[in-house]
Amino acid sequence: MSLYNVFDVSGSGMSAQSVRLNTTASNIANANSVSSSIDETYRARHPVFSAEMTKAMSDQARGVNVLGIVESDAPLNIEHNPNHPMADKDGYVYKPNVNVVEEMANMISASRSYETNVQVADAAKQMLSKTLLMGQR
Amino acid sequence: MAVSLDKALGIHQHALLVRSERAEVIASNIANADTPGYKAKDLDFADALANAQKNQSYKMSKTNDKHFDLSFDIDTSNKYRNPMQPDTGDGNSVDVQVERNMFMQNSMEYQASLQFLNGKIKAMKKALSGGQ
Repeated sequence: MSLYNVFDVSGSGMSAQSVRLNTTASNIANANSVSSSIDETYRARHPVFSAEMTKAMSDQARGVNVLGIVESDAPLNIEHNPNHPMADKDGYVYKPNVNVVEEMANMISASRSYETNVQVADAAKQMLSKTLLMGQR
Repeated sequence: MAVSLDKALGIHQHALLVRSERAEVIASNIANADTPGYKAKDLDFADALANAQKNQSYKMSKTNDKHFDLSFDIDTSNKYRNPMQPDTGDGNSVDVQVERNMFMQNSMEYQASLQFLNGKIKAMKKALSGGQ
């Protein structure tokens, strides 16, 4: 019964979106973390999604796979602030390349996608439970 | 008079299967709404129903992962959807609103098929019990 695969598919979508929400939370939380060298500075990270190919499922249904999490290559925010306790010997502090506005938009998109997947799983559940009642009423 | 349960239930049992398959395809479209390069798919319903009725698919069983996947399944029912908007930049052609409506419509049609089946079963029950 292929309706059972709907749970696998939308479940994988939900977990992928929650990974995305996790990275967004970490990016926003660290948006103001400063450091005194380029290498130690936090960089914005984003998940990379791909369509999953499992042989257990038919070739039609595809779940979502999180291939990995990549760090953003955008330039860091370097600030000249000699009075800062974390400033390096030239007086610079390094701030992450997190774009907070972009992250907020990402958060909304992830939570909407998550909700949509929940609704799909819910609809499939209703279809299945109605099917179980077939011929009884 | 021989009673054939298969014939009594008519086309609805096949329609139900195709509907559930379609639910799966649309669910994977929705799940992959944010996957770069994913193309939205759908079933050609008439094709899929004809296939389900003929039930003409032969598969050779695989006993090892290295075996080829041999199937004589001429399934032409799986098609890509024509996107209504130009490419958004990441090669994804899923329109979540469209897919959600499709999923809802499909589940309504699934329930309609279920109702038809229920009616048939009820009629058979009535015939068996002599209307009592």
